[in-house]
Amino acid sequence: MNYKFDFDAVLASWDYLLEGAWLTVQLSFGAMAIGLVVAILCALGKTSGPKPVRWLINAYIEVIRNTPFLVQIFLIFFGLPTAGIRLSPDLAALIAMVVNVGAYATEIIRAGIESIQKGQIEAGLALGLKPLQVFRYVVIKPALRTVYPALTSQFILLMLSSSVVSAISADELTSVANNIQSQTFRSFEIYIVVTAVYLCLALMFSALFAGIYRLAFAYDTDRR
Amino acid sequence: MIRSFGYNEFLFLLSAVQWTLALSAIAFIGGATVGLFVALGRTSTIKPVRLLATGYIQLFQGTPLLMQLFLVFFGATVMGIDMNPWAAAALGLTLNASAFLGEIWRGCIQAVPRGQWEAASALGLRYPGLMRYVILPQAVKVAVPPTVGFLVQLIKSTSLAAIIGFTELTRAGQIVNNATFQPFLVFGIVAAIYFVLCWPLSLLSARLEQRYAAPAR
Repeated sequence: MNYKFDFDAVLASWDYLLEGAWLTVQLSFGAMAIGLVVAILCALGKTSGPKPVRWLINAYIEVIRNTPFLVQIFLIFFGLPTAGIRLSPDLAALIAMVVNVGAYATEIIRAGIESIQKGQIEAGLALGLKPLQVFRYVVIKPALRTVYPALTSQFILLMLSSSVVSAISADELTSVANNIQSQTFRSFEIYIVVTAVYLCLALMFSALFAGIYRLAFAYDTDRR
Repeated sequence: MIRSFGYNEFLFLLSAVQWTLALSAIAFIGGATVGLFVALGRTSTIKPVRLLATGYIQLFQGTPLLMQLFLVFFGATVMGIDMNPWAAAALGLTLNASAFLGEIWRGCIQAVPRGQWEAASALGLRYPGLMRYVILPQAVKVAVPPTVGFLVQLIKSTSLAAIIGFTELTRAGQIVNNATFQPFLVFGIVAAIYFVLCWPLSLLSARLEQRYAAPAR
């Protein structure tokens, strides 16, 4: 092997890379936040909605979980304009990510909600809590706490799979890498650097999630 | 000239399915072979081996699959090996699958009760025999449902091979779409084909999980 590594060309465009990484972070957090809301609503619909709603949510989950993310992106980015809805690559990427993570997170949160015993809800109502308060304090918070590890690893998977949106050239980290690659032809170096950036992002995300857990969920429970 | 989507286009998509399936099969067989060693390494009593396997898993689970494919594809060229997209996709997916299967199977090996290990070694079995006749046969039972579930993930992952230029189902969809410009129809059909491949496996995985999980409790 007589290849000479040359990282100069890559490091010269570090600010461009940083911009891309920042968009990856923004897309990921945006999709997580919206996806979480979608998932909570869908999980609620699936556990206690009328039959047609449950059927519809099931169909959504199964379709998303059994088709590739890349094809979902293509459907949204290339398909929607034929229906008259024109999207920028960034927005299409965000929508695709929300739709995708929403389906996975619904199943996770549903499992959490089903782990709440009926007696808990009855006790909450008996204590005079309004239904919405019961939902907020008795159902969703303990449910999220139970499934927190599964949920956060799903979010990290989402961040990693966001690299796929480079296929529609949303300007995130992988797209930036592709652009630098086509200008400098230092493909191996650039992808090594970007892979390392993704790894750092994944580690940072999991540290952040651990911190959030300590702030929001580390209360005592007497169940033992 | 814009063609319309007809029977021939549909047949072209269908014939691309064989490449999706071939890529999935190769990645699964390769990934299972390497993954077994990763799982054994991960559960090893020798610390450096365990650390190495853990690092391997973390590296592949902490970075995007697309980057792994790019690195294999461009990395091979750097080493002076002429790598076509087909080989790069097969190798990249194999490595990725081995890390995921290794982690899944680690859990299955550790699910075999401690007493089984102790009993086997008390009977004088050394590591190869202990694994071969006592631990692995029991671990396999637990491993089947999540492994089938992983197969769904693997089939979906092969779509990324389209980005490095290997003509499987998704790339075929792009090609047909470029000629017909009916994205909703074309990618709708592509998605439907993936669904037909994956959904039965998902259902099977869920059913197996119920069957195997029930008596254990």
